[in-house]
Amino acid sequence: MIALAGVYHPGSSALHRCPAGIKLFVLCVVGTTAMIVGSLPVLGAGIVLLAVGYAIARIEPRAIWRLSRALLVVVAIIAVIQALVSGLTAALVLAARLLLLVGAANLLTLTTPTSALIDVIERVLGPLRRFGVDPGQVGIAVALTLRFIPVIATQAARIREAQAARGVRSYRSFLLPLVISTVRMADGVGEALTVRGFQAGGARHG
Amino acid sequence: MIEFRSVSHRYGDRPTLQDVTLRLVERRIGVIGPNGSGKSTLARLCNGLVKPTSGTVLAEGHDTTRETAAVRRVTGFVFQDPDTQILMPTVAEDLAFSLRPLRLPAAEVARRVDAQLEAFGLVDHRDHPAHLLSGGQKQLLAIAAVLMTDPAIVLFDEPTTLLDLRNKHRVMETIVGLSQQIVVVTHDLDLLDRFDRVILIDEGRVAADGAPGETVAFYRKLILG
Repeated sequence: MIALAGVYHPGSSALHRCPAGIKLFVLCVVGTTAMIVGSLPVLGAGIVLLAVGYAIARIEPRAIWRLSRALLVVVAIIAVIQALVSGLTAALVLAARLLLLVGAANLLTLTTPTSALIDVIERVLGPLRRFGVDPGQVGIAVALTLRFIPVIATQAARIREAQAARGVRSYRSFLLPLVISTVRMADGVGEALTVRGFQAGGARHG
Repeated sequence: MIEFRSVSHRYGDRPTLQDVTLRLVERRIGVIGPNGSGKSTLARLCNGLVKPTSGTVLAEGHDTTRETAAVRRVTGFVFQDPDTQILMPTVAEDLAFSLRPLRLPAAEVARRVDAQLEAFGLVDHRDHPAHLLSGGQKQLLAIAAVLMTDPAIVLFDEPTTLLDLRNKHRVMETIVGLSQQIVVVTHDLDLLDRFDRVILIDEGRVAADGAPGETVAFYRKLILG
C-alpha cells in the first residue's frame, strides 16, 4: 500500500506535547525556506534536523520506513527525470526539497491529533470569515484529505489488480474507474458528513 | 417514531416511492425488497437525506423537509460501506469527530470516546488507522460513531452486505441489541427473526407489512413463486 501521509501516532514526546499551531508554523517556515534556498548543504542539514525530529518523536523505524518507502520511489523517479533534463545538481536539490517537505509534513501529522490540526486551521483562518471563507470547512477538508489518501491508494491498488487479472495495462482503463470510484466515494462522504451534523455552507446543528 | 403521510418520491421522471403511508412505532423494524424497489429511498427519507416529492415525513414529530437540523439530532444513519462513513484517520479520532458539532470540553469528549470504545470492544484499536480495520470492525466503528450523539432513531442501509458470516453475525447482534428504535434495510432475511415488524417494498409501494415470518414468506413467494 502507498502511504505518503502519516496517521497520528500517539505518544508523549516533546514534539507530541508541542502545540499544533507552533508545529504548523515551523512547517510553513521549513517549506518556504526549502523552496527559496537552493543550496544542497543547507537542504542536507535540514534533512538531518528532520531525522533528529523523528528520533525525538520516538517514531518506530518500521513506521518511518513504511512511510518513506513510497516517497523514496516517487522522489527517485522525479530525480532521474530532472537529472536528464537539468543535470545532477538540480536533481539532487529537487529530491532534497521533496524529502524535506513531505518528511516534515509527515512528522506534523504523526505527532498531532487531527482534531488539534482542525482547531488550528479554524483559528488561523478565522479572519477570512468576512470574505466568505468557512474555516471549519477548510479544517475538515484537510482532515478528510489525510483520512482518504490511504483509502484512494487502496482503491488504486485494487484497480491495478483487476487490470492485471484481465491482462490490461492502460492509463485510461486505470484512471477512469479510479476517478469514478473517487467521485462516488466523495458523494458518500458528503452524505456521511451531513448525517453526522455537518452541513454544506458551514451551518452546524449541535 | 417515524411517520410517512402519503409520501411519494421520484428521481427525475422515475417514481421511486408512491403514496406511502406508514406509522413506525415498533423498536426493531426491517425493510426488505428487491434491488431498485425504493427501500433505500425510504430509509433516506426518514432523516431528510432525501426529501419527499409530495407528502410529509416526520421523525420524532419533526418535519424532515422543514426541520432538517432537528431531524438530524434525533436520527443516526449507518451506510452500507463504512469506508465512506469513517471520516477521521484513527478510531478514537473518528468517534471524537461525531461530538465536534456539540463543542464539548476536551475532557468530556475523551470520557465519552473511552466509554464508546469499551462498549464496542474497540479499546485495543483506539489509535489504529481506521483503514486498516477489518470490515466488521469498520462497520462497528461506523455504528459507534453514529451513536456518540445518542440519537433516538438509528437507520441502517444494508449494514451487513459487505461482511463475512462472522462479522455479519457480530454486527447484527450489536444492531439488534441497541436500545434505540432501529430501522434496518437489508437483504439478509435470516437476520430479521428478532424484529418486531418487517415491511416489504416492491415497485415503490408497500407490498406487505407485518410480523417478520409472514412478510418474509410473502416476499419469497412473490419473488421465487
